[in-house]
Amino acid sequence: MTTSLPLSRRHFLASATALAGGFQLGFTLAPAQADSPKPELNAWVVIAPDESVTIRIARMEMGQGTLTGLAQLVAEELECDWSKVRTEYPTPGQNLKRNRVWGNFATGGSRGIRDSHDYVRKGGAAARMMLVSAAAKQWGVAESDCTVSKGIVTHKASNRSLSYGQLAQAAALIEPPKDIVLKDPKDWTIAGKPLPRLDTRDKVTGAQLYSMDHTMPGLLHAALKNCPIFGGKLKSYDAKQALTMKGVKKVVTVADKGVAVVADNWWRAQQALETITIVWDEGPNATLSSAAIEATLKQGLEAQDAVIGNQSGDAKAAFASAHQIIEAEYSYPYQHHATMEPMNATVLYTPEKCEAWTSTQNAETALAALAKAAGLPAEQCDIHRMLLGGGFGRRAVSHDYVEQAALIAKQMPGVPVKLIWSREEDMLHGHYHPITRARMKAGLDSQGNVTALHMRISGQSIMASINANAFFAAGRDPSSFQGLNPGGTEGVFGYAIPNLLIDHAIRNPPIPAGYWRGVNNNQNALYLESFIDELAQATGSDPLAFRQKLLAKSPQHLAVLNAVADKAEWHKPAPKGIYRGLAQHMGYGSYVAACAEVSVTGNKIQIHRIVAATNPGHAVNPQQIMAQIEGSFAYGLSALFYGEITLKDGKVEQENFDTYEILRMAQMPKVESIVMPSGGFWGGVGEPTIFVAAPAVLNAIAAATGKRLRTMPIQSHSDLKIS
Amino acid sequence: MIEIILNGKKQVLDVEGDMPILWALRDLGLTGTKYGCGIAQCGACTIHIDGEAVRSCSLPVSALQAGQKITTIEGIAGTVLHPLQQAFIDLDVPQCGYCQSGQLMAAAALLSKNPKPDDALIDQEMTNICRCGTYNRIRAAIKQASAHITQKA
Ligand code: FES
Ligand code: FES
Repeated sequence: MTTSLPLSRRHFLASATALAGGFQLGFTLAPAQADSPKPELNAWVVIAPDESVTIRIARMEMGQGTLTGLAQLVAEELECDWSKVRTEYPTPGQNLKRNRVWGNFATGGSRGIRDSHDYVRKGGAAARMMLVSAAAKQWGVAESDCTVSKGIVTHKASNRSLSYGQLAQAAALIEPPKDIVLKDPKDWTIAGKPLPRLDTRDKVTGAQLYSMDHTMPGLLHAALKNCPIFGGKLKSYDAKQALTMKGVKKVVTVADKGVAVVADNWWRAQQALETITIVWDEGPNATLSSAAIEATLKQGLEAQDAVIGNQSGDAKAAFASAHQIIEAEYSYPYQHHATMEPMNATVLYTPEKCEAWTSTQNAETALAALAKAAGLPAEQCDIHRMLLGGGFGRRAVSHDYVEQAALIAKQMPGVPVKLIWSREEDMLHGHYHPITRARMKAGLDSQGNVTALHMRISGQSIMASINANAFFAAGRDPSSFQGLNPGGTEGVFGYAIPNLLIDHAIRNPPIPAGYWRGVNNNQNALYLESFIDELAQATGSDPLAFRQKLLAKSPQHLAVLNAVADKAEWHKPAPKGIYRGLAQHMGYGSYVAACAEVSVTGNKIQIHRIVAATNPGHAVNPQQIMAQIEGSFAYGLSALFYGEITLKDGKVEQENFDTYEILRMAQMPKVESIVMPSGGFWGGVGEPTIFVAAPAVLNAIAAATGKRLRTMPIQSHSDLKIS
Repeated sequence: MIEIILNGKKQVLDVEGDMPILWALRDLGLTGTKYGCGIAQCGACTIHIDGEAVRSCSLPVSALQAGQKITTIEGIAGTVLHPLQQAFIDLDVPQCGYCQSGQLMAAAALLSKNPKPDDALIDQEMTNICRCGTYNRIRAAIKQASAHITQKA
């Protein structure tokens, strides 16, 4: 099976002329032309005479398995032969021309499936109904007398059958159905099954092309240095030597911020770039340091100007009458995404047209960035989506790399230019996981019941960084309260505490912040779940029993917690020298929990075992959910032990993996996952389990050492090391 | 200019001696070998030189000797896939996949020397970064391929 075939131009033009009023479904498309070699049944499904079924995928694959999951959902309703399924990505230009028939392309917030399952399944179901109807018509029988299985329509009574490949052209001419009934998930045979991914083989043979690997005739390569100081600009540069170097074609300025060398090979471009002496206008942040940012955030812990995310009762009054007050302060640093594939894009610009080949989590946003940089209407631009060598949020909003590639290519019309950021450039120009601190304060009565909790978050708003207008209009950033909300899909605070106040003093250092796998759930869960353990300890309670009591009215939160406790045999003492820690959280529509088992010898921490559970409502591909759980722990524990972006003189201090370490095989714990879909809702799976990775391990470390680590990452603030 | 054996065929590398082998290979269209860091930290660029796993971003072409055998991810399969490639497919190891060529090349070199590595040896030899966190499955796949190889031997 192949992926990422370009849409057939001819076919696309045939259907592009149609007015696609039915935005979500694309069912009001004009039928495909009868002579079309690959009839399009609707925007989602194309079936060729050779029986191949092409399923169009709007959301983007970046390792999380969405491509396979979405194909499973469409194929389930289509009732096609799974072995005949292939996939392709429509471009945002095609989406634009067809009135966004494929809906949203954005792939973030673990929304790939939970946001689109309904209409993609309807796309599959509608196509099936049209195929059945075509067969019934041809045989002159009732549709209800026909059955479908694995791409074959059968009329039992007359012992006739026709394949989807044979029926597709006639079916494409049939009026799309209006009433579509989707299958009950308990009848699923393709969705819900642990099928192998569709995109594995090329990844083990080296044949898979990432945008880094894109090539085309006449392609040149660009290396870029942008002002490393946030808010700084390019003043002047001397490229005399660079221009004499082998392979160098041109040196260009990029906006008012950077210098790029274009050469016939990327390494040559990079070598030449390094010979250029650049003078920066360092701008207003030239002395900014991590210490200054910390001071600002600390001030926010005391400040009056906080927006409230969740409130019930009167926490302040309850503190006054509390038997005991417990307080603790935590912090969570900037983190870099560090996708394995550094940012890159190939752009071909002509005065009439501008195209990019790139990795993006949101090709529509990328298209807007490209058009703006090219100075052309979006209709004259397009983005060819290439598989991502990791996204994690970095390629979701800012398409700075696409813009820069366009600005460079614009200076060389007609020549395709591939801009690749060096790893150093990539680390210095992130859109980092935002920095925050939290002060946790609880009031307990004489029986050890939690009567009040105040969680004060101080720190950066992502929304303020990426969409300042919307932020100023709203005066708040809802994502700051992920996992702490009174209700909704984006994270419900599960604990029943009569007097509760969760508020956020927004402090925005001039560092670009972005969505980073798990986003604000990461530190919110770390703060809350660490502190809940501190309260359990202060009251002499078992951390599981303490949580169970507070979660009694939150059965979904409780169920995943109990599942990990059971599997980890919490009720039995751990083996000698091994200590356990628990955490639970809800976010992106899913409920997650983990139990970690660690030992600490001298200053060495060893994680022996992780048991993690998730309830995503519906599980479209359980083995891929397990892969996401495992991967979440690698990502979350990298952050816990190593991850920290610090600033000095307005510039990021970490430039490569030698100073920004990533968890490797030797440190990776064995993760045992429990996928426990309850049905009834659709939650995400690409991110949620990351929330509980760090707090479960921190709680286990505290159990082992009697010492509570509250400042992240561990490597910079403790002599403990993971081994 | 130097002539080497690249994936079993003679190949002339006609580039500056200080160009890292990674970029010379990628210019030949062998893009399975990836750039991740350029400083021998991540292993995405791992290839074999005379059977040894080498991080090609940090070794210049001038370090090669004429006639040396270079194998890239595109060259490790014979008529059938390498047992490791098959195991990576069977266990659905890759997520984004970007690190996987390097992981496979590192693992292949490991198995060619130690067909039955234990966990400690896997930890010691498999130091490539996988940002998606496929480590548990890589370990399982190495063990599966190991079982396959040692059974046949
Ligand atoms: S690119 Fe060679 S080790 Fe990272
Ligand atoms: S599979 Fe994505 S970095 Fe390893």
